[in-house]
Amino acid sequence: MAEIASAAITLEHEEDKRRFALPAGFRCAMPVLAVFLLGFLAPLLTVAAYSFATPRSFEAFRSFTLANFATIFDPANTVWASFAWSLFLAAMTVVLLALVCYPIAYGLVRVFGKWAGLISVLFVFPLFVSENVRLYGWVLFFIKNGVLDGSLKWLGFSAGPEVLYTPGIVLFGMVYTYLPFMLFPMTLGLAMVPRDLIDAASDLGAGRFTIWREVELPLAMPGILIGALLTFVIAAGAVAEAQILGGQTIITVTHDIEIAFTYSQNWPLGSALAVVLMLIVSGLSVLVMSKLDLDRILGRR
Amino acid sequence: MGESKRTRIFLAAWTGFVVLVIYLPILCGALAGLSKSRYFSFPVRQYSFEWWQRTIDSIEIEMLVQNSLLIAFIVTVISVVIAFFGALAFARYDWKGRRLYQKLLLLPIFFPQPVLGLALLLWFNVLGITTSWQTAAAAHLVWIIPIVTLVIAIQVYGFDPVLEEAAADLGASRMTILREVTLPILWPGIWSGALFAFLLSWGNFSLSLYTAGADSTVPKWLYSKMVAGYTPMVPALGTMSTLAAAVLLLAGGALIALLRRRQTAA
Repeated sequence: MAEIASAAITLEHEEDKRRFALPAGFRCAMPVLAVFLLGFLAPLLTVAAYSFATPRSFEAFRSFTLANFATIFDPANTVWASFAWSLFLAAMTVVLLALVCYPIAYGLVRVFGKWAGLISVLFVFPLFVSENVRLYGWVLFFIKNGVLDGSLKWLGFSAGPEVLYTPGIVLFGMVYTYLPFMLFPMTLGLAMVPRDLIDAASDLGAGRFTIWREVELPLAMPGILIGALLTFVIAAGAVAEAQILGGQTIITVTHDIEIAFTYSQNWPLGSALAVVLMLIVSGLSVLVMSKLDLDRILGRR
Repeated sequence: MGESKRTRIFLAAWTGFVVLVIYLPILCGALAGLSKSRYFSFPVRQYSFEWWQRTIDSIEIEMLVQNSLLIAFIVTVISVVIAFFGALAFARYDWKGRRLYQKLLLLPIFFPQPVLGLALLLWFNVLGITTSWQTAAAAHLVWIIPIVTLVIAIQVYGFDPVLEEAAADLGASRMTILREVTLPILWPGIWSGALFAFLLSWGNFSLSLYTAGADSTVPKWLYSKMVAGYTPMVPALGTMSTLAAAVLLLAGGALIALLRRRQTAA
């Protein structure tokens, strides 16, 4: 009897301890949250603070003006063209990648079987090679006397097409660079579609297209949405493709921000540009992410 | 409903084509690094390892490689430790702020890297920190910790918390449970996370470009030479760096596969 009583007391004691201590999950999350606050939120807030500082000054937190935003939205300023290019290229990248990746993702989930792992590795690997090295490979391919031009001449054609330093090649470079960001979320999405459901629909007489539209696409949508969002967000801030392949025929927003931060030493203007870009990008992210359940996508049972 | 033969052939052909396109530029770089002439032209007239040799002999490049390796090593160690706990918070425990935490964690990944790099540059400046390879490592951490957390979290989802509770009921202490139960089950995920961290840091360009200050890393140096001052050492070093990453990925991948197999056998 006494034993039970003392056990009950220790239990109560334990519970007391638990009530006052932070939950284990939160304690485990603290280091990550610290990095997030110091390495992500604080820098972005600094940028936000600088965007309200006097143009060409370094007086963040001490002055308040909307002059930088006025400069951006001034119709005489051509910076809107950079925004238009960045957002247009990002949107096109998403659309093209959805078309390119869907058959591959479908194959990985349904057809390739034991080869799927190896094929995935082939698609992951380029992520570990810096984008400038890969993009420079395309310069070597498309340049005069490069691989394409040289091969065509060798085969007796006159010369290769001149595609370098055009907007088209920038778009191509972006589709090329960001392919894994669309492919893998899409594959996760398609893997969420239960095979039985498709079989059932088929047994009930649904046609291929109907199954795709009514069963496969809606169930795979979370993955596809994540892929589209990730690709769009990263592509909207892209700069290397336009610099390496585009040879400055296109100036993207990030290029403008870079110029403001480095050459022209106008941090407040650069910050204001970054704030506008971040508002667009994060607005989209919040909209999409509020609709997603990450536990389900990543495989919690 | 099996796929028809025509569909299978189409899917395989398309996938094969895209894989070829993905590796084509890497191949072009390899060719340029192995051709003897100062300026690249195709078909390559004479192949030689001259530029490889010069790249290996260069003291400047040795410094870059050391910087890149050091950053990647530090980033790997720190990110794996932090992400291990981060992944437990992400997938193992149910707590009040978990859903919010999961979404916050994704934000640095869902963010254009060059903009993050520039924002960090500004932030370091406000803090009065001179940028160097150390700040580049810090910048890498901001982006890599969330990725490693996700990689480990996927392993944590497949982990049954009842095992930990059983160990606790049998009187094991917290440390013992961590060492004897939790860690052994999660090792494959942790090593995958470490591999990702090292390789992503090794190949990172956008963050290093703005946050490494006067120090340079391999991708940053390559970029500066691409913009002005091309030599065949650029594709040569690019190819070497790619090969190194490939070897590490294969070796690491094989080790992790072995670990997983042993785990399912046990």
